Amino acid sequence: MSTARAQLAHVSLSAGRRRAWAVIAGLALAGALALVWALAAGELDIPARSVLGALFGGEQGMAADVVRHLRLPRAVAVYACGGLLAMAGALMQVLLRNPLADPYVLGVSGGAAVGALLAMLLGLAPMLVDGAAFAGALAAMLLVFGLAHGDGSWTQTRLLLTGVIVAAGCGAAITLMLALAPDARVHSMLFWLMGDASGATRPWPALVVMVAGLAAALPCARELNLLARGELAAQALGVQVRRLRYLLYVLASLLTAVAVTLVGSVGFVGLVVPHLVRFVIGNDQRLLLPAVALAGGALLTLADTAARTVIAPLQLPVGVLTALIGVPVFLFLLARHQR
Amino acid sequence: MTPAAPMLEADRLALRVGSRWLCCEFSQQLVAGQCLVLLGPNGAGKTTLLHTLAGLREPGAGRVLLGGRPYAGWRALDAARFRGVLAQQQPDHFSSTVLETVLVGRHPHLGRWGWEGPEDERVAREALDSVGLAELAGRDILTLSGGERQRVAVAALLAQAPQLLLLDEPTNHLDLHYQIAVLDLIRGLADRGRGVVMVLHDINLAARYADQVILLDGHGGVCAGARDEVLQAGLLSRAFGHPLRRYELDGRTTFLPD
Repeated sequence: MSTARAQLAHVSLSAGRRRAWAVIAGLALAGALALVWALAAGELDIPARSVLGALFGGEQGMAADVVRHLRLPRAVAVYACGGLLAMAGALMQVLLRNPLADPYVLGVSGGAAVGALLAMLLGLAPMLVDGAAFAGALAAMLLVFGLAHGDGSWTQTRLLLTGVIVAAGCGAAITLMLALAPDARVHSMLFWLMGDASGATRPWPALVVMVAGLAAALPCARELNLLARGELAAQALGVQVRRLRYLLYVLASLLTAVAVTLVGSVGFVGLVVPHLVRFVIGNDQRLLLPAVALAGGALLTLADTAARTVIAPLQLPVGVLTALIGVPVFLFLLARHQR
Repeated sequence: MTPAAPMLEADRLALRVGSRWLCCEFSQQLVAGQCLVLLGPNGAGKTTLLHTLAGLREPGAGRVLLGGRPYAGWRALDAARFRGVLAQQQPDHFSSTVLETVLVGRHPHLGRWGWEGPEDERVAREALDSVGLAELAGRDILTLSGGERQRVAVAALLAQAPQLLLLDEPTNHLDLHYQIAVLDLIRGLADRGRGVVMVLHDINLAARYADQVILLDGHGGVCAGARDEVLQAGLLSRAFGHPLRRYELDGRTTFLPD
């Protein structure tokens, strides 16, 4: 037996966990730095010291106002949405036992997009667009649940097929609305579809949902580990599989619905972040879920700040940036991971 | 559990898949220290029977009693400490180390917020050692061969440390040496007072390890009883649809196809 293998055999459980906690602490720090950058960067450059002064030192003046009233709400909302999407992706991957699942695969974002675009087509106020997006997401979630549940079998294949078909139907409706929309509105509709955080001005709902979602998922995180390894084995080990899958479905859908309502269908965060984190700390959901929430928040905050600043005063849709950052990083890690 | 109750009891049990009855009613008991083997041709319902005995699906008729109580009277985690199941397939979708995979068996022994501690790690490493895989503890399960993966699954069941073990083709993917090694290990557990129920394909392995046999003939017929009552050339030939002859070789009962 090779010595390398023998050494691996003695890697203790606790050493792996210490490393994972160190990674989680690092991700929290990265998120904090990303937030400081998001508050500092923009048309008006504000030094980091003034940012901290505005946040914690009670500093007054225009710069402080910009930080507190313009940039902070958006930055926090974006951070929370990144966390929501990444967590929803991780949960969806467990639910479907498919590492390629993302938060949108079961049609929640399609439903939200139909709602949002319909509201935009009718020229409703931004507040109502958000409401329509959330209603559309919930409608898609209930529709898929009802259809997949059917005779009570609620199998994974049936769930996946139902979700994919509902998503495809939403896609057709979206294309139809884009084709019918007057030119003046198409631009904002496309931005919504690509993911755009410029309208995210209320940070608290997303932040509260993110914390509540973690609080709901963590107590059954070890059961999620078992479910990810197969339903039969999980059931034999004492997991109430059916109940757990309902919880997973509703939780992942709600997290997605809130995020999509606030920032649109930002791609890649929900797919790539759980993968990246899994490469580094493994697939123990007790560590993975908090880590992906922090990593998703940091990534989306960085992407949104870049989207606001790289070609300022023009703003890019943040979804384009997440793809531009996420894809190469993912390919790099994938290539390095192969043994 | 009352001391006198058998570990597992099938009481006028019958199985149904959809509208098709897989077997007619039968009753059978398993006491501690015994090994029960389920035999039958492909599609006869061996796995369905094992899952029913394990409480993973409802019987078509009759009842299954675990330690004298129906499964409905057990809390799921208590049942998981009493009986463990080895599934026929080990579907792996995500990377994980061998050690983590074996530690899964400790789940029913931990509280909701519990983490696997040094004692669980010791149990898991011991289980890995007993299937000859101690050195692979740090390996990714996605890189294992089929036979190694099967032995990891057996180790996870050992780490679970149930009183009653239900195994669906424990010799799956194993070459001859490990078939015997794993079955010797399981038989040893029975000899030290655990109960064993297993699905086997090989009549001769059944003859070697079973105390009792349930033979499903694939047409609804069931023959359940002590090994030598069930393992008869005529019954086996009818069930498997091929003439078999019985030989005694060095004191071992052996069946060979004609």
